[in-house]
Amino acid sequence: MDNESTLSTIYSEDVSLMVVILDINPLFWTSVNSNTNSLTFTKFMDQFLPLLNSVLLLNQLNEIVLIAHGINSCGYIYNSSMENRRGGKRGPAFFAEVSEKLKEFMEADCLHRKGAKSTSTIVPSLLSGSLSLALCYIQRVFRSRPIYPRPRILCLQGSPDGPEQYVAVMNAIFSAQRSSVLIDSCVLGLNSAFLQQASHITGGVYIKPQQLDGLFQCLSMVFATDVQSRSFLQLPKPAGVDFRASCFCHKTTISMGYICSVCLSIFCKRHKKCSTCGSDFNRPNSNSKSSPVQKSKRKLDDR
Amino acid sequence: MSIVRKPAKYKPAIKEPGIPGVLLMTEDKFAFTPNDPNSNANLDVEFRSIKGHKFSKDGSKQILLNLTYDSQKGGGYIFEFDNFANRNFCRDYVGTVLGKLQCAPSAVPPSGHTSLSTAEMEHRMKLLSEKLHMQFVIGGVLTESEFWATRKNLLENNSIKATKQKTGLKNAILADFRPLTDGRTNKVTFSLNPEIIHQIFAEKPAVHRAYLMHVPSKMTEKDFWRKYCRAEYLYRTKNSIAATAEAAEDEELAIFLKHDDILADEIRRKIRRVDPTLDMAADQGDDFVHLSISDDQGIVRDGINDTGDIENELSKRSLAQDLNRHGAVVLEGRTLDVELGDTRTVAEALAQSKKESSFNSDATAQFERLDRFSHNAEIDDLQEPRKIPFAPLCIKDPQDYFDFQQANGVRASSDFSFGMKSDGSKMSIDEAYKIIIAELDEVIKNGISDPIMRPEAALKTFNWLNQQVSSSKYHMGKNPQDSVLDSLPRDTKAELLHHYRSVEELLKHFWASYPITTSYLHAKVVKLKEAMSDIYLKLEMIKKSVKSEYRHSVSQLVQQMHQMLDAAFQHYDSKQQESCSEED
Repeated sequence: MDNESTLSTIYSEDVSLMVVILDINPLFWTSVNSNTNSLTFTKFMDQFLPLLNSVLLLNQLNEIVLIAHGINSCGYIYNSSMENRRGGKRGPAFFAEVSEKLKEFMEADCLHRKGAKSTSTIVPSLLSGSLSLALCYIQRVFRSRPIYPRPRILCLQGSPDGPEQYVAVMNAIFSAQRSSVLIDSCVLGLNSAFLQQASHITGGVYIKPQQLDGLFQCLSMVFATDVQSRSFLQLPKPAGVDFRASCFCHKTTISMGYICSVCLSIFCKRHKKCSTCGSDFNRPNSNSKSSPVQKSKRKLDDR
Repeated sequence: MSIVRKPAKYKPAIKEPGIPGVLLMTEDKFAFTPNDPNSNANLDVEFRSIKGHKFSKDGSKQILLNLTYDSQKGGGYIFEFDNFANRNFCRDYVGTVLGKLQCAPSAVPPSGHTSLSTAEMEHRMKLLSEKLHMQFVIGGVLTESEFWATRKNLLENNSIKATKQKTGLKNAILADFRPLTDGRTNKVTFSLNPEIIHQIFAEKPAVHRAYLMHVPSKMTEKDFWRKYCRAEYLYRTKNSIAATAEAAEDEELAIFLKHDDILADEIRRKIRRVDPTLDMAADQGDDFVHLSISDDQGIVRDGINDTGDIENELSKRSLAQDLNRHGAVVLEGRTLDVELGDTRTVAEALAQSKKESSFNSDATAQFERLDRFSHNAEIDDLQEPRKIPFAPLCIKDPQDYFDFQQANGVRASSDFSFGMKSDGSKMSIDEAYKIIIAELDEVIKNGISDPIMRPEAALKTFNWLNQQVSSSKYHMGKNPQDSVLDSLPRDTKAELLHHYRSVEELLKHFWASYPITTSYLHAKVVKLKEAMSDIYLKLEMIKKSVKSEYRHSVSQLVQQMHQMLDAAFQHYDSKQQESCSEED
């Protein structure tokens, strides 16, 4: 996988660049709020902000980039390398600064909103967008420095997957794999097939904590470890991965479907033409109608 | 083929006068009917039993045709003809018929279990070590021949593999092709066989060409080879003066003694194929370095010190060149599929294959040379970086493909509604934003709580994580490299493997005996079924007896075998019912 020339440059092994992707979907956080077993957004911030602080304290050169995504937009919240130049803050001042920026982002995201005003279900957040932002930032670091810190991405996800983002998310996952960037995932809501696949493909850790009030314990034990140390540590592995894909035509999650033999696009129904690359599936010589259907049918791995 | 009917006399022995009658020959047999109906010299013999045929020379006293059935003792059916025309007709007919029979595989079926080849025996010995034979054959479930019948094809596969390999050219250099001299006379004998001729043609293209040019038209094959051998002899004995003298007289002989121009051509072509930036002109001189070496020290060839006169054109065929040429030919291998019998066909086939390989090479060679020249002389700074060609992904409608997120409005999908309902009451998105912003305000104002989390919660999470780590450590079957079998104790593993093989063997026989047509097959199936039920029970025992830590993986393995056996039992039962209902 290390076939990109940029990858031949040297990592400084014990320095990490951690890009944290935070899901601040208000619908998710307010729904968790009402649940007795789980944590409010305030409590979550109580446990989450110390993680950022401790990663920065682990090594003077460690860097943290915080990216948030809501329902309508995503954006950079905090970048420790830029703050350090102005004399980086630690402790309470740091927490306050991050919270302030998050609040600004929330307000902006609220203004971007379009569509219906109320809903009974949770709208998925823009995971694909923030994954792309994270990878872009990492690529910029790769290109701008001779020696760069070992990058990894931590996704803190609450809201469920948006099947319509399947292509974008998978593309992001594969480009992460190509540039050997680990994607760790910590899922606070339902299990996420996207993130399971992301962690599986890139070699990261996927965890769905049982006890949300002990979240900091989990975060600091698993996700604070840098990439180099992981070779010496036994980290939890998931029992299985949900490999289901979304079809390109209706954006629904399917476990069995049709695949274009030319571009590998996935469809839930048989089409005459591939909507992605335009390949014609109706060959004149296919007299027997059942055999091509049988052949193009492929079971997607559903472990 | 037609039927041949000729008047002839049948002679039970050469000395006897012979019984007049009619000889009738068809494609597969011949018959002799005597003119005298009382004679008991009737013959009706199949050609299959005939090993060969002999005949008297044209113009000899007796006009005979002898069809031999025993080539060693000389037994045969002897026929005498009135004239040579009839005899020769019959002779040719017999020749073609016998030729056909030889080509066809022997029609006699190999007798099954009486004669075992050593290879088959070895194969059986190997299989016997697997214990299956003892278990089933001696246990009376299967008979000896049944057991081996299923394995026969294994052996056949082996033998096919063995015969398919093509034999290459001999590695021995042609120098071994030496004349034999007998002590008494001055006669020198060269013995040529098709193999040697093929090799000569391959290694000496000039001889090959000369053969194609001269042999049918100018001289006979025998003359050709006599000339060749003479040239070879002259060269070998270093009799250069005699050689030049003879060459001047006989131009055909000169061909063999001259430097091979085809080879020289080929070498020139090969030189052209070398990296063009290399200065071959400078290195070409090196090609003759070996001559000067042999000049000084002498290379021993054929036991004679090769310090011959280098001025002589004839002796320029050096050992090194011969060796190189031989090496090239051997490496090229045998390219012909032609039977090495008739020299003429070999020569022609060889010419054909040469033509194919050299076809259009000259035309493109120059172009390729120029192309490679420009490649090698390329100056990197002035050239655009060479890119690997790739097929661009053609997306029909990029707008549609990339802008999925645009459609990410409020979508009620059944996929993610469960469990996430906000208490049934509809939550306004604006409200939700407000709540979260208020909570953030709180964090900004108060900072984070101290302690970050309760110690009990931390311990709980800690324990949970530890459990996760330890369980994933023993999680088996996810890694394709480590097999479940390897984790089992050795005895259990061996036992399971043995049972697996037994089940496989029994099922092979079981399914092969359907549909049941004879009572024997019926009895066999009943026996097989009993044996299978035994194994079924044994597998159950293994499953129960194994230690608890392995029980899961063992039961998974056993389950597979049980499924296979169950399918067989089910088939047996359904067939049984069918036959019962038929009887009713």
